[in-house]
Amino acid sequence: MESQPRIGVYICHCGTNIAATVDVEAVREFASRLPGVVVARNYTYMCSEPGQGLIKQDCEEQGLKRVVVASCSPRMHEPTFQKAAQSGGVNPYRVEMANIREQCSWVHKDRTEATEKAKSLIASAVAKATWLEPLEKREVGVTPGAVVIGGGVAGLVAALDVADAGFPAYLVEQSDHLGGRVADLDRTFPEMEPVADWLPQLVERVQSHQKITVFLNSEVESVDGFVGNFKVKVSQLSASSDLKVGAIVIATGYDVFDPQRKPEFGYGHYPQIVTTLEMEKRLAEGDLTINGKMPKDIAFIKCVGSRDVQVGNPYCSRVCCMVSAKQARLLKEQLPDSRVSVFYIDVRTFGKRGEEFYDEARQAGVLYRRGNVSEIYKKGDRVALRVEDTFLRRTIEHEADLVVLAVGMQARDDVEDIAALLKLPRSADGFFLEAHPKLRPVDTAVDGVFLAGCCQGPKDIPDTIAQAKAAASSSLIPLLRGTVPVESATAIVDAELCAGCGMCVDVCPFGAPALDPLFGVSVVNAVLCKGCGTCAAICPSKAMRLQHFTPEQILAQVDALVW
Amino acid sequence: MQVDTQELAERLSLFGCIQCGKCAGGCPVSMKTTLDVRFLIYEALIGQLPDPTHMEELWDCTCCFTCVERCPKDVKPAELIIGLRSLLVENGTIPKTVTDALQGIFRQGNPLGFAREQRADWADGLNIKAAQEGCELLYFVGCTPAYDLRVQPVSRALARTFQAAGLDYGTLGIEESCCGNEVRRVGEQGLFEMLVEEGKPLIESTHAKRMVTTSPHCMNTFKKEYGLSGVEVMHYTQLVAQLIADKNLEFSKKVEKKVTYHDPCFLGKQNHIFDEPRAILQSIPGVKFVEMDRSRERSLCCEGGGGRMWVEGTNMEERLAFQRVHQAADTGAQVLAVACPFCLLTLEDAVKVQKLDDRLQVMDIMELVNLAL
Amino acid sequence: MASSQKPAALIIGAGIAGIQAALDIASAGFPVVLVEREPSVGGRMSQLDKTFPTLDCSACILTPKMVDVGQHPLINLMTYSEVTAVKGEAGAFHVTVKKKPRYVDEDKCRGCGECATACRMTGRISDTFNQGLGKRAAVYVSFPQAVPLIYTVDPTTCLYLTRGVCGKTFKCKDACPSDAINFQQKEQLVELDVATIIVATGFDMMDPRQKPEFGYGMYPNVLTGLEFERLCSAAGPTGGKIVVNGQEPKQVVFIHCVGSRDPHTGVPYCSRICCMYTAKHAHLVRDKLPESQVTAFYMDVRAFGKGYEEFYDRVKHEHVLYRRGEPSEVYKRGDKLIVRAEDTLLRKSIEVEADLVVLATAVVPRADVAEVAAMLELERSPDGFFKEAHPKMRPIESSRPGIFIAGCDQGPKDIPDTVAQAKAAASSAMVALTRAASSAK
Repeated sequence: MESQPRIGVYICHCGTNIAATVDVEAVREFASRLPGVVVARNYTYMCSEPGQGLIKQDCEEQGLKRVVVASCSPRMHEPTFQKAAQSGGVNPYRVEMANIREQCSWVHKDRTEATEKAKSLIASAVAKATWLEPLEKREVGVTPGAVVIGGGVAGLVAALDVADAGFPAYLVEQSDHLGGRVADLDRTFPEMEPVADWLPQLVERVQSHQKITVFLNSEVESVDGFVGNFKVKVSQLSASSDLKVGAIVIATGYDVFDPQRKPEFGYGHYPQIVTTLEMEKRLAEGDLTINGKMPKDIAFIKCVGSRDVQVGNPYCSRVCCMVSAKQARLLKEQLPDSRVSVFYIDVRTFGKRGEEFYDEARQAGVLYRRGNVSEIYKKGDRVALRVEDTFLRRTIEHEADLVVLAVGMQARDDVEDIAALLKLPRSADGFFLEAHPKLRPVDTAVDGVFLAGCCQGPKDIPDTIAQAKAAASSSLIPLLRGTVPVESATAIVDAELCAGCGMCVDVCPFGAPALDPLFGVSVVNAVLCKGCGTCAAICPSKAMRLQHFTPEQILAQVDALVW
Repeated sequence: MQVDTQELAERLSLFGCIQCGKCAGGCPVSMKTTLDVRFLIYEALIGQLPDPTHMEELWDCTCCFTCVERCPKDVKPAELIIGLRSLLVENGTIPKTVTDALQGIFRQGNPLGFAREQRADWADGLNIKAAQEGCELLYFVGCTPAYDLRVQPVSRALARTFQAAGLDYGTLGIEESCCGNEVRRVGEQGLFEMLVEEGKPLIESTHAKRMVTTSPHCMNTFKKEYGLSGVEVMHYTQLVAQLIADKNLEFSKKVEKKVTYHDPCFLGKQNHIFDEPRAILQSIPGVKFVEMDRSRERSLCCEGGGGRMWVEGTNMEERLAFQRVHQAADTGAQVLAVACPFCLLTLEDAVKVQKLDDRLQVMDIMELVNLAL
Repeated sequence: MASSQKPAALIIGAGIAGIQAALDIASAGFPVVLVEREPSVGGRMSQLDKTFPTLDCSACILTPKMVDVGQHPLINLMTYSEVTAVKGEAGAFHVTVKKKPRYVDEDKCRGCGECATACRMTGRISDTFNQGLGKRAAVYVSFPQAVPLIYTVDPTTCLYLTRGVCGKTFKCKDACPSDAINFQQKEQLVELDVATIIVATGFDMMDPRQKPEFGYGMYPNVLTGLEFERLCSAAGPTGGKIVVNGQEPKQVVFIHCVGSRDPHTGVPYCSRICCMYTAKHAHLVRDKLPESQVTAFYMDVRAFGKGYEEFYDRVKHEHVLYRRGEPSEVYKRGDKLIVRAEDTLLRKSIEVEADLVVLATAVVPRADVAEVAAMLELERSPDGFFKEAHPKMRPIESSRPGIFIAGCDQGPKDIPDTVAQAKAAASSAMVALTRAASSAK
């Protein structure tokens, strides 16, 4: 700590937001007597031009080294005050804020109490400011290009947008063809257009695009590096490629629920029982016979493996209501004399033209019956569905020649492997976890890695395409900028004190610390480090320190609050 | 009689119910009685449950727990029926035959009207050790296997099997009392708790590491509801299958029969023990095993559980046991194998009533094993 | 943007869709003009209290983005402005934007609010942000966290602007410490050249008077979902207390699908968000009024998104009673409201008492969607929302090349789907901008 911290304190009135509850003049007077404080001012709106001007001027004329602003939440204006200080020659990391609005004047009514609290908060901020060190804002360069893992619709669309924007896109697909699960579909709701009308074109665009390299029969072996500078190793049979890119998009899709996990439905025992995916194939191939005959009674069972805690899938698979309506309609159209029934709990036809589609299905003669089928067994050479029709309030044996199980989606079997590659967390439902469920649906906790499509959760094709483009957008931001900012307030190790215990390596969610193989001490990758402080908290030797939140700074704050 | 539906709904956590009907749809008696458990839950939720005093259909429930096993929202519909039954028990308005059975359990430790002193008569001549003196394996016989003449051969077959395998086993003799599985299910919670209070220390005093039962009903309650510690509870099919697999049991004779197997609800559906009984049957030399369509998780309840051995249902013309024995006969099997004393009695009765006795014989698995030993 | 080197994007509408798209494009290094016709950005999301299924406070997750958009060096934020003409074609649009006069000098106003306190009309103007449940002055900000935090004089209610005179002096001018009130301000027309356009103009809610059988407008304790949202909001007209007619309701009934899924109202489609926001509202009632009894009438419970089914389960466990049946009528009996419905699971017609009835009204296109569509030359789908060029091949493109659509103006959707679509539009815009930049070289 320098002998002369030379701190300037600025107390904002925020109009009446602060001043109406806190005696700002009394607070200013208190602040002016705090150790290290050279000047203390208060002003109606510190964030305004004149307010910022005060800071700049004092920094230049009074030779300030640190600035404390007591105002609203740092979320609002920390960058503003950092810039103001910087324009006056003070390092932006030597600016500390005391939130006397959201944490004081906005939540307390008593003027005396609020004023005392404001004083404490400022004393604490000044104490910390005394110990603040200058830090540099840093940026690193970005390798142009993105790797897209998964060649289904999500992967195809994401790759196209990246490539159309002029960057190389590497599409890694496990199987021998592109198109993913959509390639197995016949027609899609609600337009009822054959997939063949548009998917091949999409695939063709990708395959012929100059900037897209497709790796079929390939898998990602390893991913190293960090946002803007990933090194992705892709293996294809015996060959392997090292790709250097700036962003990664995960578009690995989903698996289908195995209906054998619901043994009460007899899937596998009776040839009359098929899944919606199998039905899709039959519709595409025009093969609707069961045991050589056209079915007369067709029944759909929804929510197979979804909304079901018994199989560990409490979530809704989102698309099955529309899929069932679609297939039921197609079957009714192709077999007009058949009876087609759909057994449901709720009908979730929520999308654009979805409700109308459901209306049309019923008008075409598809019978919707509310009841969750409990069991299927043989009845003669047909099967019987044991179900309570909850509107009739009666349990019935509904006979059928063909039963279609609307099986749900679930996270892929190998999702753990992909998750491990990239250190991606998963939500309770098993799918990949997005950075924020409302406002960041395609970002992940790992910078530079984005999600697209059903690997994040069940969804239909339009929502998948939107997400894929959204992931492309997130990828294009660093690619187009050419640089990414990296956290300045990172953890650093005092090698003399470090015992090489490795606890920091274990607890870091971002893989930033690593034990140097030669010296056996921890070294922090300042680019990966996000400054969360977990390593510093756990270090038994106090060798690890988090810049901008050092023990001296925090203890000084505590002392100021307590005393 | 007023029912505090709010209390019921809270205690049984009925709020998660989405009224999908999976429970009633799978309820084995729902097509032949007015019992609609989904609807009962709804009435409870909206606070409009009628007076259960005159709900005779409440006694139709066999407690097969298909509803509990299949509910996608983890509601336990059968517990509502049990809860309503217990209100009726408190109120004193339960069928007389149930009262008699409960009183028998209270006084003599069994619902069948026999004296406690006769409980070990089935074992005469077998010199079975008293488990109270300490044993590795406690054989819990059960009321029906102890007293019922038709079922006693099963108990004896088990005893002989344990002997042949050289196991250190014993029984509780006349100190053994009813396990209480059916007691709780007819709603007599107080008596059930008393049975646990007395039975638990008695069992633990044997220091047995393992406990085996004749009946899946006993196994079910000991395993899930007694809170026993230090003892592994199993049904005899699990033990015997293991003995066969470990070659501790050898068959010397052939049983040349076509055999099918009925999964008891308390063994199969509720405790997921499907393979061991089949393993035993398929290892008996000469047996040709054939599967019924409604097997395993889709087995058809025989209507023996949930107190149904003590009270007739509202519809005894369309007994499920009748359907079941026809299903068995239709496979061409000569023997319908069972692993539960209630199934044994109800299905054998059904064979007689349906006049299938010339085609189909109902036997416990142990009776078949005994033939082959 | 003739002065800037790079081609620019125009985004019409600064709700969460417009804000997200703007942030993405600007973060990638392209200039963005973000035009918003209200005095503040934020759109509908700023009217929300908590969001499903996480129960995040809407303002808490939105305002940082609002601030970002207000401060980003590459975003030219034009609030209280409207696009009036778009000429040209993809890559080279020429746009006219009308800047409406606030009568407040943007450079001087500090957002202190003294003018509003002093205004002669204070507390007398019905507040549209609070869905008519609150009152404000003729000079106002929509909500305290508005970006920009600049007051605006409402030309339809200001005494001076409507009648030419406001007493002896202008109270607002007198009170303003920065001399920011300026009645000489005029409407300005700004001409812009942009390479690409994103339309994110959002939605309106149906007027439930189209379903008169529910008594909305007749009974003060029949509210719409959005009105109820304002009641729950801590920044709303009741400070977050659920109080109707001066009393806390004991029996609250929620009705789904009011206007939606209904060919009679011209809204055959599903409004997609109501099942979830009703569940959220029901949760809030149980949370704030533990003694309350809450019933929700429904036809289908559409809890389809990530975490939604689990939220529905949670709400049921909080003792919200879901009864299947679409109510037919609401009428009065004594001082209670009666909701009449057939409970289809009970197979009986029933009457349920209520102190408060909340209607989940349909999401409909903006009232002026026809004019906007005409001005932008965009086609609309049969449901009235903007039409995508191809639902599978080109779901973000409108019918006019170079113009993309995002958010609820394309169809009702929740926040995660809106954000994804906005980013999708941003991606398309970035491609267009990159191309425009390289062809300019």
